[in-house]
Amino acid sequence: MKMTGAQILVECLKEQGVDVIFGYPGGSVLPIYDALYDADIKHILTRHEQGAAHAADGYARASGKVGVCLATSGPGATNLVTGIANAYMDSVPMVAFTGQVVSALLGRDSFQEADITGITLPITKHNYLVKDINDLARTVKEAFHIASTGRPGPVLVDIPRDVSGGETEYRDPGPVDLPGYHPVLYGEEEQLNKAAAAIMASQRPVIYAGGGVVVAGAHQELRQLAELLLAPVTTTLMGLGGFPGDHPLSLGMLGMHGSKYANYAVCECDLLLAVGARFDDRVTGKISEFAPHATIIHIDVDPAEIGKNVPVHIPIVGDVKNVLRQLLERLQAKLPGAWQEKIQAWKKEYPLDFEENGRLKPQQVIREIYRVTGGQARITTEVGQHQMWTAHYYTFTRPRTFISSGGLGTMGYGFPAAIGVQVACPDEVVFDIAGDGSIQMNIQELATAVNHELPVNVAILNNGFLGMVRQWQELFYNRRYSYTELINPDFVKLAEAYGAVGLRVSDPADLRPALEQAVKESRPVMLDFIIEREENVLPMVPPGAPLNQIID
Amino acid sequence: MKHILAVLVENNPGVLARVAGLFSRRGFNIDSLAVGRTDDPEISRMTIVVEGDARVLEQVTKQLHKLVDVIKISDITADQFVDRELVMIKVAAEPAQRGEIMQIADVFRARIVDLGLKTMILECTGNEGKINAFEESLRPYGIKELVRTGKVAMLRGQKFTTINNQREED
Repeated sequence: MKMTGAQILVECLKEQGVDVIFGYPGGSVLPIYDALYDADIKHILTRHEQGAAHAADGYARASGKVGVCLATSGPGATNLVTGIANAYMDSVPMVAFTGQVVSALLGRDSFQEADITGITLPITKHNYLVKDINDLARTVKEAFHIASTGRPGPVLVDIPRDVSGGETEYRDPGPVDLPGYHPVLYGEEEQLNKAAAAIMASQRPVIYAGGGVVVAGAHQELRQLAELLLAPVTTTLMGLGGFPGDHPLSLGMLGMHGSKYANYAVCECDLLLAVGARFDDRVTGKISEFAPHATIIHIDVDPAEIGKNVPVHIPIVGDVKNVLRQLLERLQAKLPGAWQEKIQAWKKEYPLDFEENGRLKPQQVIREIYRVTGGQARITTEVGQHQMWTAHYYTFTRPRTFISSGGLGTMGYGFPAAIGVQVACPDEVVFDIAGDGSIQMNIQELATAVNHELPVNVAILNNGFLGMVRQWQELFYNRRYSYTELINPDFVKLAEAYGAVGLRVSDPADLRPALEQAVKESRPVMLDFIIEREENVLPMVPPGAPLNQIID
Repeated sequence: MKHILAVLVENNPGVLARVAGLFSRRGFNIDSLAVGRTDDPEISRMTIVVEGDARVLEQVTKQLHKLVDVIKISDITADQFVDRELVMIKVAAEPAQRGEIMQIADVFRARIVDLGLKTMILECTGNEGKINAFEESLRPYGIKELVRTGKVAMLRGQKFTTINNQREED
């Protein structure tokens, strides 16, 4: 049967199990939008293509499925770029479709033409420009395969308008055949045996778990491993929820804004088992003094991560879940000893805490969100102080419940991501914890949430500053607050103007009632929490310093 | 140290940009890169000469492997291999000097591929040292233009760098 390229695309999407697309129409994608008009695929119209990319990203992180976004050529495509880069840095499975000018106009600087495959070359796992309609079905199939297997990541498919508008006989492309793409999924026996021996010989082991644990769905295996070895577990920001934050072996986060006890444990451990983590500079601090006494074992599905930043003694390439299972077969239970006592003593001596003084504190707001939601909410964040306070004061016990821009640090990520999360989890409570700076980067998506009746809650920790930058200016630039003070709109009125609910809280006594009202609302709610202006995120390791040089 | 990598890639548009972009983005130092298709028109072979220590080489190899279009990478530096480069040099050659230049061409087993009123074009193949020496011997006459292909290399004997045949021992 003859079909248009756009109809073939819709067929391929259905075959991939896609039930929702986040997008924004335009001239070069008109054939695709026309085909979507009759398709049994939900389309969420955002107000900016960046919002579409982040929403697809949030959807993917919450559901574990591939997130799909769609934009037109030129400016539509370039507006996706931040969202694609964000997904790339955090290894999120995403397929981004962009329209392109007709093939005959390619390369002539035509109206709304941008070389989006060229632009996204360094921020996609792979990308395609489909020049022949007969390649379309195969390309889409490959794109989903690449995006979702091995180390996940975004794949972009650029479709000229004559390809989506042209007609051809539709044929199933058959199985994916990519000679250069074969992710390694199981660890090598020899390496596993070496790792098991090193683990059993260690006296002071620490497990350092990253986003790979969440991506691979390896949280149960990780827990089993930690309990078998009685090894304390510290997670990266991306790893939050990969190990229960309320578990006695949990050390919370490490690194620049890690707990003091996690950083001390890493400095003193004799074995560091890195699981699906990539030794980011925010984690390691000064690399030459990172885990100085430790034998380092690194498990990762991406071989290029091993040895990239930190020399590794025992590398194991493979899917984290598989490798942990393989390792568990080779290990025996350990007994508690001096190391566990030392860790518990540090935890008692240096707890994460803040001073209450009658004024509304950001940490208090987050702790109360945790209490009101029973720790069961899906939380997204923007980027900045509020993000770190969320990591500290909301205890994440399940994977895929903390959704945040880790690698790229994208302000404006949290709110559109929350929309994607709410679409993926319609029956769950979703909060975007935001700063007053970050929320204004994609606040237009309030219209999207209202239109689609998505009851997303936005908790703005409003201190009238670009808080994290101000904190750095305070600590490292002699309190010269160069352009970090914000004059903000009235967020309550703004929420109401969009048709959402707006609530303002400045007294700690009003905190709980406001949150209780918010979670009951069936409309989006924007909560404007007027918090103490110059509160800092502590403890903190200054950039480039070793992990035991802590400001608190 | 310089390493010679033989890289088989799918002959797709943009593959050279992906490889070259990777090198510049990650701060790796490419010494030379020569590319052309193999006997299989769907597969191209790149010979990449890269400067760096073992750690750099490991990252280069791993990052290259991440590219979906890259099928196989072999570091042939430690093996027995034959390497060649082609150079074309346009040299100033008044009729009186042609004899001398032709003698130099003989010594280097170069060929004269064009003869103008005041210029000659010579082509020469060989390893890097030979090409450098050839260039130096022509320099006194006045080099008007020079183009080098970059190194191509192949393993000696019964070892192969192809997709189906792993590097078989002799």
